[in-house]
Amino acid sequence: MSDILDVVIVGGGAGGLSAGIYCARGKMSTVVLEASAKTGGQAAKTNELENYPGIDQATGPDIMGAFRNHCERFGVEFKRGTVDGIKVEDNGFIKQITTKEGETLRAKSVIVATGAQPRVLGIKGEREFTSKGVSYCATCDADFFEELDIVVVGSGNTAVEESVFLTKFVNSIKMIVLHDEGILDADRTAQEQAFANDKIDFVWNSTVEEICGEDLVNGVKVKNLKTGEVSEIECDGVFMFVGTVPNTEFLKGTVELSKGGYIKVDDQMATNVPGVFGAGDVNDKFLRQVVTAAADGAIAAVASERYMQEEENWQERVLEADQDVAVMFWNPLDKDGMALMPDLERFCKESELPLVTIDTYKSQNIASRYNVEQIPTVVRFSEGKETKRVVRPSGEELSQLA
Amino acid sequence: MLEITKENFDAEVKDFDGIVMVDFWGETCGRCLELMPDVVALSEKYDGKIKFAKLNIKGNRRLAMGQGVMGLPSIVFFDKGEKKEHLSGEELTIEEIENTVKAYC
Repeated sequence: MSDILDVVIVGGGAGGLSAGIYCARGKMSTVVLEASAKTGGQAAKTNELENYPGIDQATGPDIMGAFRNHCERFGVEFKRGTVDGIKVEDNGFIKQITTKEGETLRAKSVIVATGAQPRVLGIKGEREFTSKGVSYCATCDADFFEELDIVVVGSGNTAVEESVFLTKFVNSIKMIVLHDEGILDADRTAQEQAFANDKIDFVWNSTVEEICGEDLVNGVKVKNLKTGEVSEIECDGVFMFVGTVPNTEFLKGTVELSKGGYIKVDDQMATNVPGVFGAGDVNDKFLRQVVTAAADGAIAAVASERYMQEEENWQERVLEADQDVAVMFWNPLDKDGMALMPDLERFCKESELPLVTIDTYKSQNIASRYNVEQIPTVVRFSEGKETKRVVRPSGEELSQLA
Repeated sequence: MLEITKENFDAEVKDFDGIVMVDFWGETCGRCLELMPDVVALSEKYDGKIKFAKLNIKGNRRLAMGQGVMGLPSIVFFDKGEKKEHLSGEELTIEEIENTVKAYC
């Protein structure tokens, strides 16, 4: 089996690359595992990237190229592979990351930054006419629709911003919007741009039922949700911007996901599996942008380093210790624990027991593994196994550990 | 890989007596650029079995549309100049492309 890495980052988009920079700079041995031949994720596929702070004139590919270079400068190793599973080894510490190509990587921590991809609605004709008039990427395909009439499905920020971009090419746009007249999901600035653009019209309270055509798209059937009436709109193209779906299929059954399949994380980007973190668009979160993905990556990186140190400390000082040890679970905010400390130190000295303290305020990881529910709790370990435990003991009760 | 333009399309694809795989791509298509190194590797692996070509849609947009290509990435297989198969979509994988190449070898 291969060497054990400090961290494997799954996915080379904004979240993954940002985590890579922080991990490698923190001297962790770091591998970024990327499924495609090019890193950069979704951001590398948009030209219009106008809101990354400090950078007002660059394209998505430019910025993502700079992220990658930054990673390489600090020694991040890049590997190609499509992850198909993450498993925790029996010791509860080392994780195995397996790929479809048959490779297994072993690491102390994992940062999942697999991102999301455009949602396919599955309406009649959608698959059949993909790249024959149906598109999910304005910057890729805008050229084809010069001087033509198109329909845009969706009303979120992406739908509205990309529509405004598309008006530079096309003759006209009809946006098919689910909501009542005047209501778009996009933010105010984007809305105002769309309403002010005379190439953009709106079809309210409606959904697309079917995409029609022969060799290429020639129209859509649109259903009015209020009246139930179905009408046809002639068009040469249909752009679909109806949100994204996370790439988390491989995590099902291992890591807790939201209803929509996004990873549930806490404010340190930790998942329900100790040592497995999430970063970027794949997380269940409020705002999916390059800047928030980069922030997630930084947090996940620092949290993974702390996790690794905590685990290594535990392994070395408790599980692999060559004599019995006393472990005190405490919390600096708890007065009883503080009060017990002098008695405990005296007891340990008399019994020649090394004392290891675990701060449950910093991390619950080890406390929850040993079902420590109240603090202070003191546990005696012998050859890596719990032998005795006292919960909220008095000074005298410590002798039960002898 | 052979570079196709509107100037040589007829000679290299339309009038070619065999199978040609054409990779329609564009500089602003991120997924195309992701796939490209793998497609080049395929063209080397299956060299001599079928003809491999790429077509930058810049300047050749009408040619692409004439072949029913209105989106990228698009990988199209021609047999004796006739369009036989059109692989496309953001989620298109190199495995799908390779499987189709194998079917024509």
